Amino acid sequence: MFPELNHLLNTTPDKAEQGKLTLLCDAKTDGSFLVHHFLSFYLKANCKVCFVALVQSFSHYGIVGQKLGVSLTAARERGQLVFLEALKTSVDIFFQPPVEPHPLQFLREASAGNLQPLFEFVREALKPEDGGEAKWRHPVLLVDDLSVLLSLGVGAVAVLDFIHYCRATVCTELKGNVVALVHDSGDSEDEENDLLLSGLSHQSHLILRAEGLATGFCRDVHGQLRVLWRRPSWPAAQRDRSLTYQYKIQDKTVSFFAKGLSPAVL
Amino acid sequence: MLAPKSCQILPTYAHLLPLPRFYLYYKGFPPPYLTPRSGHPNAVAEKGPARTPFLGLKAEYFAKPGSTADRGPHYRQHPLGSPCGSASAKDSIEWEGRDFLKALIKKSALCGKQIHVLGCEVSEEEFREGLDSGINSRVVYHDLFRDPLNWSKTGEAFPGGPLGALRTMCRLTDPRPVTVALDSLSWLLLHFPCSTVCQTLRALCHQDSCGGDRSPGERVNVLGLLHEELHAPGPLGALGSLAQIEVSLRGTMGQASAHILYRKPGHRPTYQTQWFSILPDFSLDLQEGPPLQSQPHPDSHTVLVDPTSHVTFNLHLSKKERETRDSLALPFQFSSEKQQALLRSGPSQASGHILYEPDAYDDLDLEDPDDDLDI
Repeated sequence: MFPELNHLLNTTPDKAEQGKLTLLCDAKTDGSFLVHHFLSFYLKANCKVCFVALVQSFSHYGIVGQKLGVSLTAARERGQLVFLEALKTSVDIFFQPPVEPHPLQFLREASAGNLQPLFEFVREALKPEDGGEAKWRHPVLLVDDLSVLLSLGVGAVAVLDFIHYCRATVCTELKGNVVALVHDSGDSEDEENDLLLSGLSHQSHLILRAEGLATGFCRDVHGQLRVLWRRPSWPAAQRDRSLTYQYKIQDKTVSFFAKGLSPAVL
Repeated sequence: MLAPKSCQILPTYAHLLPLPRFYLYYKGFPPPYLTPRSGHPNAVAEKGPARTPFLGLKAEYFAKPGSTADRGPHYRQHPLGSPCGSASAKDSIEWEGRDFLKALIKKSALCGKQIHVLGCEVSEEEFREGLDSGINSRVVYHDLFRDPLNWSKTGEAFPGGPLGALRTMCRLTDPRPVTVALDSLSWLLLHFPCSTVCQTLRALCHQDSCGGDRSPGERVNVLGLLHEELHAPGPLGALGSLAQIEVSLRGTMGQASAHILYRKPGHRPTYQTQWFSILPDFSLDLQEGPPLQSQPHPDSHTVLVDPTSHVTFNLHLSKKERETRDSLALPFQFSSEKQQALLRSGPSQASGHILYEPDAYDDLDLEDPDDDLDI
């Protein structure tokens, strides 16, 4: 969790908003630092987190999480974190006998199917425990990332439907949050990705967009972050609907500053 | 630049068209109805007639809601004789359309209409939020948000799915005037073929030809919300041609504007821009124009820098130099003074003569100066 980003978004782990879909997108740069931020943020906020990790292994997130002050292994053991490590479990589909609908069942289907098994997995993971008091606060779904699903043969509309159902269940019914990362292809004219990104942008309450600098790489400024608050648009009069900051990623933190005011330049 | 050419052509149109608003086209903008997707930021708000109707929502129409002569926003005399009306609002990521849709729903409800909402994108609680109880009682929300594709298989989903729900709206037996709000058309277009959606919308509009209990004076108004970025120009154009009114939501500097395109059968489409804002209770506050005072936008930290201020050579002209430059005659401009000078100069002047001394090898044959005739 990066304290400066919390300050920008005006949240703390104690008073995190509920029922929101946050869209993370990156263009010409790597926006995965935002995923690490939200993972550690929600773990520190004592929420039950379901993490669908499609691109990296558990140990990768564990190492970064340790730098940010959370232990993913411990969270998984105490039941706070449900981790779907797609890189490992995708092999099970092909080399193990099919027992039940596997979350990554779409890998086996020849035609582009829907993501209902994955949604069922998420719903099962985040459903409130019966009996007793709830140990955790609201549930959170994190997906890293959705563009990979397009490369794996799932259609953009199927991914949008999956997020729609996740939003209906996690945000509306369980009053939790959903955070998803999508890559913006930029110039490469990937229509499916553009459709996915636009469709998700319309559904989301908060959009964090990490962009590379227009002038290229820089040692002191790694990129620019644009924050757009969408819904509810009514309190827009009270706060800025859109903010732009530049950032530099350091070993254990990310520092944010206004455009052009990097400490290295001043 | 297109400007000089179009300024020559457009004046000829101006005297043919009696409508005063076309004088705005002198400014070099192409007629907007030829590029319906542009919604270009023409910040010149139309100062047309004093009571410019906003979507035809003139104040007096709401004073007499029962009037059959109500040429309200969604009313059109269909060529087949049955009245119908539809309007579509196109929004973008930055300028969201749902609040606008709710504001229009509120206006319809205040007219006494029953509103049926096909909700595919937001939950019922979120949609009803902000509308007061009187209006909420008139809104029937058909919930397609929770389980549109029947994944839960609990039997709660609509039979026939979303299209089935839309088709049941074609057979509404409510005798009161009805407004149908589709939230959103984009969801329908993504999940069903464009032709199916268009046919269903057309059937929705022509309910009395479907044989409902609707009397000829009653009409169904359809409001559709469309997200522009999600679709190719084809489906957008198809839906646009079905709609009588198309509203594109834009904005500059925190102020929202609606670019409205009216299509009346038998008439040229008309175009209007209206600046507005939506109040917390979802009433529309129409404004005259963009805010003239530009409060410093927090994002625009760019300071206008004069690029000629730090170069090592002088790019500026003093007043005297500017006058000298303006009064200079161009070398190849054939003015009357130059003409006189040329006429006066005869062979007696030495300037401009070529002096040539032929040497021994030159054979100046005046009949064959190039020496290439082979006779």
